[in-house]
Amino acid sequence: MSTVSNKPSRAVSRSSVLLEFLGSMNLAITLLVTVAVASIIGTVLKQNEAYQNYIVKFGPFWFEAFKSLGLYDVYSAGWFLVILTFLVVSTSVCIYRNAPQMLRDMRSYRLNVQEQSLRAFHANHSWTLALPAAEVERRLSNVMRSKGYRMRRKDHGDHQVIAAMNGVVNRLGYIFTHTAIVTICIGGLLDGNLPLKLKEMSGQIKIESRDLPASQVPRESWLSVQNPSFRGSVTVPEGSTANIAFLQLRDGYLVQPLPFSIELKDFRIEHYESGQPKSFESDLIIHEPDQEPVTATIAVNHPLIHKGYAIYQSSFNDGGTHLDLNAWGFGRAQLEQQAFKSAVFEKLSVETAQGTMTLELDDFRLFNINPADEGSGKKFRNFGPNFTFKLRNAAGEAREFENYMLPVEFEGRRYFLSGVRDSVADPFFYLHVPADPKGSLERFMRFNALLQDTDRVAQIAQETTRQTFGEAQLEKPDLHKEVAATMQRLVALFTQGGFDAVAEQVEKTVPEAKRGMVLDAYIKVLRNILTALYFDLLTTEGVDVSAGVTESDSRFYDDSINALAVLSKYGSPFFLELKSFEHVQASGLQIARAPGQTVVYIGFALLIAGVFVMFYIHHRRLWFWLRETETGTELLFAGTGNREHRDFRLEFDQLIQVLDRQLRSG
Amino acid sequence: MSVTQQNILEQFDDRSLWQRLVWRDWVWALLVLAGAGYAYVHYVELMDGYEVAILAGTALSLIGLGWAWKPMQPLSLMVTVLSLGAIALYGTSLATAESNFFLKYLISSQSAIMWMSALYVLATATYFMALFARSDYTAKVASALTWSATTMGLVGLMVRWRESYLISADVGHIPVSNLYEVFILFSIITALLYLYYEGRYHTRALGGFVLLVISAAVGFLLWYTFDREAHTIQPLVPALQSYWMKIHVPANFIGYGAFALAAMVGFAYIFRHRQEQRPGGAANSRLPALELLDDVMYKSIALGFAFFTLATILGALWAAEAWGGYWSWDPKETWALIVWLNYAAWLHMRLTKGWRGTPMAWWAVVGLFVTLFAFLGVNMFLSGLHSYGEL
Ligand code: HEM
Repeated sequence: MSTVSNKPSRAVSRSSVLLEFLGSMNLAITLLVTVAVASIIGTVLKQNEAYQNYIVKFGPFWFEAFKSLGLYDVYSAGWFLVILTFLVVSTSVCIYRNAPQMLRDMRSYRLNVQEQSLRAFHANHSWTLALPAAEVERRLSNVMRSKGYRMRRKDHGDHQVIAAMNGVVNRLGYIFTHTAIVTICIGGLLDGNLPLKLKEMSGQIKIESRDLPASQVPRESWLSVQNPSFRGSVTVPEGSTANIAFLQLRDGYLVQPLPFSIELKDFRIEHYESGQPKSFESDLIIHEPDQEPVTATIAVNHPLIHKGYAIYQSSFNDGGTHLDLNAWGFGRAQLEQQAFKSAVFEKLSVETAQGTMTLELDDFRLFNINPADEGSGKKFRNFGPNFTFKLRNAAGEAREFENYMLPVEFEGRRYFLSGVRDSVADPFFYLHVPADPKGSLERFMRFNALLQDTDRVAQIAQETTRQTFGEAQLEKPDLHKEVAATMQRLVALFTQGGFDAVAEQVEKTVPEAKRGMVLDAYIKVLRNILTALYFDLLTTEGVDVSAGVTESDSRFYDDSINALAVLSKYGSPFFLELKSFEHVQASGLQIARAPGQTVVYIGFALLIAGVFVMFYIHHRRLWFWLRETETGTELLFAGTGNREHRDFRLEFDQLIQVLDRQLRSG
Repeated sequence: MSVTQQNILEQFDDRSLWQRLVWRDWVWALLVLAGAGYAYVHYVELMDGYEVAILAGTALSLIGLGWAWKPMQPLSLMVTVLSLGAIALYGTSLATAESNFFLKYLISSQSAIMWMSALYVLATATYFMALFARSDYTAKVASALTWSATTMGLVGLMVRWRESYLISADVGHIPVSNLYEVFILFSIITALLYLYYEGRYHTRALGGFVLLVISAAVGFLLWYTFDREAHTIQPLVPALQSYWMKIHVPANFIGYGAFALAAMVGFAYIFRHRQEQRPGGAANSRLPALELLDDVMYKSIALGFAFFTLATILGALWAAEAWGGYWSWDPKETWALIVWLNYAAWLHMRLTKGWRGTPMAWWAVVGLFVTLFAFLGVNMFLSGLHSYGEL
């Protein structure tokens, strides 16, 4: 490499040794590879998650170990920044050492070249021509000029040297590329977390990790309104205003006050026919003291830039939708309903048979697009609105529920769906409560209440046995009583634990050999009584059951039994029905101030220009060494290219041919 | 390989590019301009200023490409004719694809892509056959197959573009938006880069090696189609609705394609190097000389690096607009950086330390795996803001 010249040895000072080391290619390549490898860590280990998740994943020992290495936020970790700094320093030193030489190189034609050294070039060719030197010069200059070469000439008395160069900007390519790296890193550093990190280390700020309303966050977790660079986010419900943003950092956040406030006038989501979101947009009004409000609509890919603050549409949430709810109690002999109003994000205390519980309303969704059934001709269908909530007991344990507002149709039957799960990591398990002919929950709830009504169950059990045994009962009155009692017991078991409870009971009380038989008998008896109870229910509803039941009522029965059988696992003392709602949405905004961006973009421009120039414009030097003799001219032609030996060789050979044609003609 | 005097003269014709243009080239330029003009007049309402600029840029690049590399002209014309044919056959209803013979079996996007897949695999086998049989004729057939496959692939993408609009105007978008579509793009770009070098270096011996990676891509594509139904056209999520996608993704895939080509040439390099270890191996080898392989490998990595730099920067600019920051250390971004640093190190090794030979070839091969991870692995194993195209 001609540019990385080995300077003649002189007294080596300590600083030049340091420069030598920092600007060395070995260090550069090592650093490039190290940054690459270090970057991998941050992609494999999910960054900036709640610390709790890491503890669960790694256990307390490794959690601490990884934490002290900064692995949860690798790209802001001290050691990572040190490597980056080294890369920047190394590149800078490299530019410092090479650039002056390269700039000189661009201008220097090296006209004092010796014949001897030209002959030593790989690419060289000589002619003995009958033309006078002046004519040779004229002809070869024409050729070279047509090829875009620039030339200088020097008369050395007994010989002349013409030097030609092309593609000198290649050298600028090097300078651009490497300056760009430094520029981009510096710009990036301005916008990165480094300033925050320094403030944190000096104790000026403290990351808040508690879940507090902004007004209660202590001052030490607030940043200055003048903070020149940050990237935070805030959720603004429709009709509300925000004048802060939250900066997520490691296991907590900081509060960034804004010099203006952002009001969300309206938020809109549009959907494709398939129900996937097509666009989301927010109508914003920016209020600033003593100034006209600014209105703007932002959307994904279309941010608003307001006085150096960029406001981006990043997500959407519920903004506290008002919900009209109705709780249907399970586990009671009488049908009970309780209507109340609440809103998403509210927490209510409810008295239940299982003690005081907290009802936490978490979310509401207007559309729920699910894959459609096979053969329906459609790909997707909308299950309609749903809402999610948690029920938390006094011990703090919570179950999560997801209830749909409207009955959803499956194979011609309609169900109220309610999903339930114990932990966010689990999938929902769905309770399918059949909708009655009026499309309500009422019949199912009445059926459930009836099963708990021990008096009524006893009465019907007796009636049923009486009908079944007919005349026989008179002979064995005890048997009849026993069967009725069994029926009651079975119903009670069923309400406590479905068919499983019956099976368990059999397992506990019956010798193994007889279990199958007894269980079959029990299930049959249970089904009899359940059917009788259902008939009773229909009759009270005014349905005439004397000639049997309709197909849909019979299906309702099957579905109810299926739902009732698993009700004990449902884990809520009531079914929460959504009667109506008033949708309030919230827009997730990201707000950023990045003064380094301009610097970085300049670096980008330099980098692109530099890289293309460096690869596609080759620096080539050619020399013509001429000596006039008695009979004509001796011409020596030699050259070198800074890259791609093969291409240079081809170009050189071709030049020889062209020159040959020109110099030998006429 | 045969570099004759004639070849050199062809390559280094002493006239400049301008002087070398013949009337056909000017007709070509007029046709491209007419096509772009037509698109402008008809679709200007649907485009924003940037997209008009992209259209103009595309037209100019296509003219330049056609001038610098003549086979681009017939290829583009063929693709245009077939695509327009398909569009005309479709009319206004997607359902035509079921009833029309040509669409159903030939040029609906799905059929065209199946043809592309079959032809690439066939071409791979034919290239290897030519290599073993030392048959120039067979090699020519392999080339023709590759050209046909590329034509069908491009037709497939063009027609898919139209089909997306036939589904519904708001679903319509350029087919570079998900993993399925970019795999097709990857195959086509890699093939075109290869075909360029094939013409330029007058050797068809590398075809089998390069097409191996394309066949692998095709294998993935088929699995993805039949197992995951990935070929269905999906509407764009809001984050992808941007003109940036039109330039960011193709630039990226020129990079990926070039890196893949370099790796396969590196593979050929290692192979030939092994052969040379044996007595008489060099004379017997049917592969091009090491020096040439090394040259292609370098050029390909340089090209890939340049476009990958461009693509990553375009990505950063896009991220600034869509996510609120030009760099978020999102896994996809970070892996792009890793790929980039890897090749930067490769280039420095070669240029400043003068490394050549098998270590560099091995490094290029390893580079492909790094690239592959950035391109596929990230979507499979890591999650982040680039949440489209999951497996
Ligand atoms: C992130 C850091 C760096 C990047 C991305 C980078 C990029 C590049 C690129 C793309 C090339 C051109 C290769 C080619 O033309 O094929 C190059 C060449 C070069 N780089 Fe770097 N470089 C970096 C750091 C460094 C450092 C730290 C040094 C100093 C030791 C250095 C010294 C050189 C030299 C001497 C050349 C050859 C220039 C020539 O003669 O044309 N680079 N670099």
